[in-house]
Amino acid sequence: MSTIYDVKDKLGRDERVKTSSLLTTLIRKPELGAVAGLVLVIVFFLVFASPTMFTLAGIMNIMAPASQLGILAIGAALLMIGGEFDLSLGSMIAFAGLVFAAALVVWHMPLAAAILIAFLVALVVGTVNAQIVIRTGLPSFIVTLAFLFILRGLTLVGLKWASGGATQLRGIKDVVEGSTLAGFFSGNALEGLFAWMAAHDMIDKFPNGLPKVSGVPVEAVWFVLFALFATWLLLRTKFGNWIFASGGDARAARNSGVPVNRVKTTLFVVTAACATLVAIITVLDAGSTDARRGFQKEFEAIIAAVIGGCLLTGGYGSAIGAFFGSLIFGMVLIGLTYTTIDQDWYLVFLGTMLLVAVVFNNVVRKRVTGER
Amino acid sequence: MAETPIIEVRDLVKHFGSVIALNGVSLKVSSGEVLCLLGDNGAGKSTLIKTLAGVHKRSAGDFLVDGRSIDFESPRDALDAGIATVYQDLAMIPLMSITRNFFMGREPLKGFGPFRYMDMKRADTVTREEMHKIGIDIRDPQQAVGTLSGGERQCVAIARAVYFGAKVLILDEPTSALGVAQTSMVLKYIDLVRSKGLGVVFITHNVRHAFAVGNRFTVLNRGRTLGTHAKGEIAMDALQNLMAGGKELQELSGELGGTI
Ligand SMILES: Nc1ncnc2c1ncn2[C@@H]1O[C@H](COP(=O)(O)OP(=O)(O)OP(=O)(O)O)[C@@H](O)[C@H]1O
Ligand SMILES: [Mg+2]
Repeated sequence: MSTIYDVKDKLGRDERVKTSSLLTTLIRKPELGAVAGLVLVIVFFLVFASPTMFTLAGIMNIMAPASQLGILAIGAALLMIGGEFDLSLGSMIAFAGLVFAAALVVWHMPLAAAILIAFLVALVVGTVNAQIVIRTGLPSFIVTLAFLFILRGLTLVGLKWASGGATQLRGIKDVVEGSTLAGFFSGNALEGLFAWMAAHDMIDKFPNGLPKVSGVPVEAVWFVLFALFATWLLLRTKFGNWIFASGGDARAARNSGVPVNRVKTTLFVVTAACATLVAIITVLDAGSTDARRGFQKEFEAIIAAVIGGCLLTGGYGSAIGAFFGSLIFGMVLIGLTYTTIDQDWYLVFLGTMLLVAVVFNNVVRKRVTGER
Repeated sequence: MAETPIIEVRDLVKHFGSVIALNGVSLKVSSGEVLCLLGDNGAGKSTLIKTLAGVHKRSAGDFLVDGRSIDFESPRDALDAGIATVYQDLAMIPLMSITRNFFMGREPLKGFGPFRYMDMKRADTVTREEMHKIGIDIRDPQQAVGTLSGGERQCVAIARAVYFGAKVLILDEPTSALGVAQTSMVLKYIDLVRSKGLGVVFITHNVRHAFAVGNRFTVLNRGRTLGTHAKGEIAMDALQNLMAGGKELQELSGELGGTI
């Protein structure tokens, strides 16, 4: 793509540069693979799954797990673009769940205070992860692996203490009964819209006039809004530029005046906060929390981010890609139940997807950077 | 020269523990001139410019900017004082677009308060214009820096420093990895920058490149400056010998058939 030679055609264009084709523009978008993957998966299930999968109710079934994973995956994607991993993400869900539940049922705090405390814990955990990584210069892979165990262990110990020996903490539904704030983290959103649509015969309804699907799971709203915000942040803001720079080459970024440590700390806090949000949503949904909450979610989140086009080496990727990556996950997880295929193929699919995505990303990276 | 030099160092010393990297370095750079800093591997050239750029702190000696003694705490301080450095690694990120690299750390903003965002359109326009000024046509400022040639990257890095108001430009071996055409492109650009009134510190191993654009030559050997010579005062060969630390390069050169 050299442009330094003075060989120009009549229009003043450099003869050595082909006009940018649609393909070049497309391949420059990190989320390309995820979109292609999603189309493939949809086609697959259109052929093999029962048609009920793609009814409104079926789609809402997919959205719940896709959104819970997606919130994590977008956080993980931002952090990966910033050049770091957080393997403690899954354990953080359990730990935040414990803190949140304990605040409600052990310390009898109001919901708002419990939510605040849970996010404060996220702030602390994220900052600790980040500071250790920054100060020791160790790979975040190792540091957060340590916290994967530490937080899981703390959750177990804490649960036994809070519940008097069990590994589960119940009774959350009763405590938050009737709270309007709870509506932001549990149940369905947009119920009014769905009722209106049913009334106008735009969606299926029961004989009594109520819509068959009463709304969108609230986590889906968080998921979509967060995906939009993260995409705007990455592509359109100064901080987004700093994320790419910090992950692309921390030293070069520092030499250019980018506050790399501050960027990375913020990103670690954001991932921990994502885990906390998912913890609050799932704990309120289940009415209890347990030690296995969030188990292996760190891997699923990273895989979704990689499917979404994030490079393991940092500095490249997209939030909207992680959004599509998570939809693929939700669709396969739920979609298999609409087929005659054994559900345990899900794990095989997961691993295969990861391999394909990594290989594909490598090719794309070479195209983008002009490596040969 | 009557005017105060932009940068002046006197008897600069820099230790890394027991390693003495610089042991008495003196030099001056004024606006509108190219000072070539010549020296063999390990002579201390990179250490010297990192000290000027605020990366290292000096162990002893004087460091004056515009005639005033100064201490930099960070590279940011040096940048604010108008000293821009283009390192050997260029401080560019191959995966990021030319525009994003150009404005890295100094993004142009639009909007209010928490909703401020990067003015991408302006960033693209400025990048294209600045590159056009130095004769590089960037058709697509969103293309990744990794797709540019070494010389073009070097030029982007220099253009960035100039655009952000550098008074002195320090270039660490900008031509060392380049072919003939690319070298002449970079050298031409260095001359252009000088003619605009900036001071340039040009670090190189290559006496020929130094002679092409330099006004004065300072030779660094084993952490010391061996004096400064103006262009008309010294021949290329003499400079080469000085750089090699007095060893008879001619002898070596003779053995190799005059290829050095
Ligand atoms: N951070 C450091 N710690 C210890 N010693 C160092 C450090 N940086 C440089 N040195 C030493 O200082 C001396 C000068 O190194 P410097 O990198 O400045 O040389 P140079 O002239 O730039 O060489 P080259 O032409 O190879 O780039 C070398 O002996 C080097 O080993
Ligand atoms: Mg050097």
